Amino acid sequence: MSGLARRMTSSKLFSSLLALFVILLFNVFLNPGFLSITIVNGHLFGQLIDILNRSVPVMILAIGMTLVIATGGTDLSCGALLALAGAVSISLIRGSSTILNADTAMPFPAVIVITLAVTGLCGLWNGFLVAKLGIQPIVATLIFMTAGRGMAQLITGARNLTTNYAPYSVIGQGWLLLLPVPIFIAAGVFLIVWYFARRTAFGLFVEAVGVNPSAARYSGINSGLVIMIVYTVSGLCAGVSGLIYASGIMCADANNAGLNYELDAILATVLGGTSMTGGRFYLGGSVIGALIIMALTKSIYAFDVAPESALVVKAFVVVIVVLIQSPFFKARLASSRVRRGPGEIKNSGAGEAS
Amino acid sequence: MEGAHDIPREDILLEASGIDKIFPGVHALKRVNFTLRRGEVHSLMGENGAGKSTLVKCLTGVYGIDGGIIKYLGREIRPESPQHAISIGISSVYQEVNLCPNLSVAENIFAGRQPMRGPFVDWRSLEERAGKVLERFDISIDVRRSLDSYSIAIQQMIAIARALDISARVLILDEPTSSLDKLEVEKLFRIVRSLRDDGMGIIFITHFLDQVYEISDRITVLRNGELVGSYRTEDLPKIDLVTKMVGKDFDELSSVSRVRAGEARDVIISLEEVSAYQSVENVSLEMRRGEVLGFAGLLGSGRTETANLMFGIEHNSSGAIKLRGTAVKLSSPKDAIRNRIAFCPEDRKRDGVIGELSVRENIVLALQARLGIFKYRTLRQQNELADRYIKLLGIATPDAEKKLGDLSGGNQQKVILARWLATEPEVMLLDEPTRGIDVGAKAEIMKLTLDLCREGMAIAFISSELDEIVRISNRVIVMRDRTKIGEMEEDGLDQESILRAIAGGVAV
Repeated sequence: MSGLARRMTSSKLFSSLLALFVILLFNVFLNPGFLSITIVNGHLFGQLIDILNRSVPVMILAIGMTLVIATGGTDLSCGALLALAGAVSISLIRGSSTILNADTAMPFPAVIVITLAVTGLCGLWNGFLVAKLGIQPIVATLIFMTAGRGMAQLITGARNLTTNYAPYSVIGQGWLLLLPVPIFIAAGVFLIVWYFARRTAFGLFVEAVGVNPSAARYSGINSGLVIMIVYTVSGLCAGVSGLIYASGIMCADANNAGLNYELDAILATVLGGTSMTGGRFYLGGSVIGALIIMALTKSIYAFDVAPESALVVKAFVVVIVVLIQSPFFKARLASSRVRRGPGEIKNSGAGEAS
Repeated sequence: MEGAHDIPREDILLEASGIDKIFPGVHALKRVNFTLRRGEVHSLMGENGAGKSTLVKCLTGVYGIDGGIIKYLGREIRPESPQHAISIGISSVYQEVNLCPNLSVAENIFAGRQPMRGPFVDWRSLEERAGKVLERFDISIDVRRSLDSYSIAIQQMIAIARALDISARVLILDEPTSSLDKLEVEKLFRIVRSLRDDGMGIIFITHFLDQVYEISDRITVLRNGELVGSYRTEDLPKIDLVTKMVGKDFDELSSVSRVRAGEARDVIISLEEVSAYQSVENVSLEMRRGEVLGFAGLLGSGRTETANLMFGIEHNSSGAIKLRGTAVKLSSPKDAIRNRIAFCPEDRKRDGVIGELSVRENIVLALQARLGIFKYRTLRQQNELADRYIKLLGIATPDAEKKLGDLSGGNQQKVILARWLATEPEVMLLDEPTRGIDVGAKAEIMKLTLDLCREGMAIAFISSELDEIVRISNRVIVMRDRTKIGEMEEDGLDQESILRAIAGGVAV
């Protein structure tokens, strides 16, 4: 049991789960209704569900971002690609029609496939710049971070394109088995990426490339291909996220959709325990990281913090969480554990078991 | 053996007594005593994991100590960081060059203590002083160019120059010569001697026994974190030193000798007049089953480049590479691995070790790369594979999940070997496989090489240590100036004739 307790506390997920738990606990104390979940018309409603639902766009971006960061890169373009996905999908639905209508100009599955193909290609391009031309990831993805929104504006004609096509609204606003559809989409994306990363050798290759690209190459890994794949996955994630986002408001907003989301996605990844220097990655951690960010945002607003100071509070909490995860604090924690001696660890383990 | 008590007190620069250092699960230093006198070169010897580096890191404040006392000039000190140690007067140069490759040479030497003129860096004086410092080393280079435009050897000298310029009383050199050639080593030793004559105390760590005897006044031997003893160099014959290091009568290296090759040895891989742009010219060779092919030559003679060609890292511009008689194009390491070729690279740290990953992951990596993404070995299969090789090669690790970066150099090298053995290669290219590892592990690696040879593998053994090449090679290729200048059969193979060939370019 003590072994389990130690494994749990030394796990990468533990500190991020703890952070999430503390933030939620804080909410419970100050807002008694926080945990209540009610069923209305066969739908679950409540603050927790809301946090889960609203964190989905960043969560999906963070899943793609995690793989990119694991290779030692960064994808700054995913926020802009999210906006691009909204613009592409809604403009395809509207076709040449200039008035708002409830029909689609193209079969709906084709709309989704083309949208994802566009953002996937953008991701592939990022990967090409990084892997084949050797451009630094921040610079390479900066291109689409700016150009992505430009392309979105070209497509929408610099207006906020809207649609009333009902099936489209299902993606971001629909319900399934008591829960909002986006939660299922996020779970699906997570499972697919997780399976691909952890049930094939891909995750191992990503980590090898992230830790030591040269040694990975000498071991026969095609690092270029690995890098191109992770950026493509990140692009695809941005596409999915963009569909959910635009469907949520039934509008393609080239300027503001997913603005600064890439930074939230990076933050979620780091909060989840993946190091910016590359190597070991934790997809589950990134999901928790996205939840932390959303829970934090929600609680800040719930406490009537003025919007202009909300970011300060957020920054403060983030600093604390990142500090807890820093090697310095980890070392302190480990040494205090050693000093306490194995006997006490056993005791605490037994305490947990009882 | 002598104790600290018979040294006049004023001669003692640095005295560490009863040093304890405990890492989680490892008692790395057990009440170790160490005394450094004014004006001596003191070699710290021991196998990998004996605690040499740990002791040095305790002395320089990289690690805190868990017990014992460090005295500097009779006063107790507690260095908290390398910077702190430097300010006390203890400077160190580590095996790996810890400088900034993108800064200029001058900036590297003076980083953190640049001469200032008001609020600005006084560049002219900075460069002048850097030039003067390097003059002492007989190095005349443009100090304004970035560090990475110079060879590792020069960078190493610059690292030492940096440590020296800080007016230190104690200088620690941890494996400073592993990337230097003979001339550069001589140059370094000249400097070390002159520093010693100025009254500096120098702690010297190396795995080259000859160098220990050439330069040091005293030798302290550690084994498994414990002090074996301190000796005057002239009182400790080489064989005794090695015995004390490994803790048993040592004649392992001398017992290593080549496998007599059988009669029928078919050629597996051959190069026919292969040239590559800016790499090698007109190299022809054959590697046969069950045979060790030694590669002799100085650094930069084209040995590594030839191996790179056979592993698809470099590409030939003319000539042909043939596998069992058929010409092949090896465009990437992946191609080579698919053709059952394996390669232990020279720069283990840069091209071999994936430090953050576990021993298990490092071992399965090449096999997995050959199998592809979707034929993922299950965790159980991976563990079986890892455990098998950990046992087979005697890799000293608590378990397969230990980070490879935490193992000692010799064990890291064994893990890299295991990585390749797991791919079941027919051709094994070993580039300096014994560099930077201790004598015991060296003998093990060489024995292993011979075992593989006996099993029918074709092995290329590249080494700067002619002694090793002569011991285990069936044939030796001598290279100079990026081309092959000779080939010798095992009969009549000796260091002399190889040296003559390297020096004179006379084909034998």
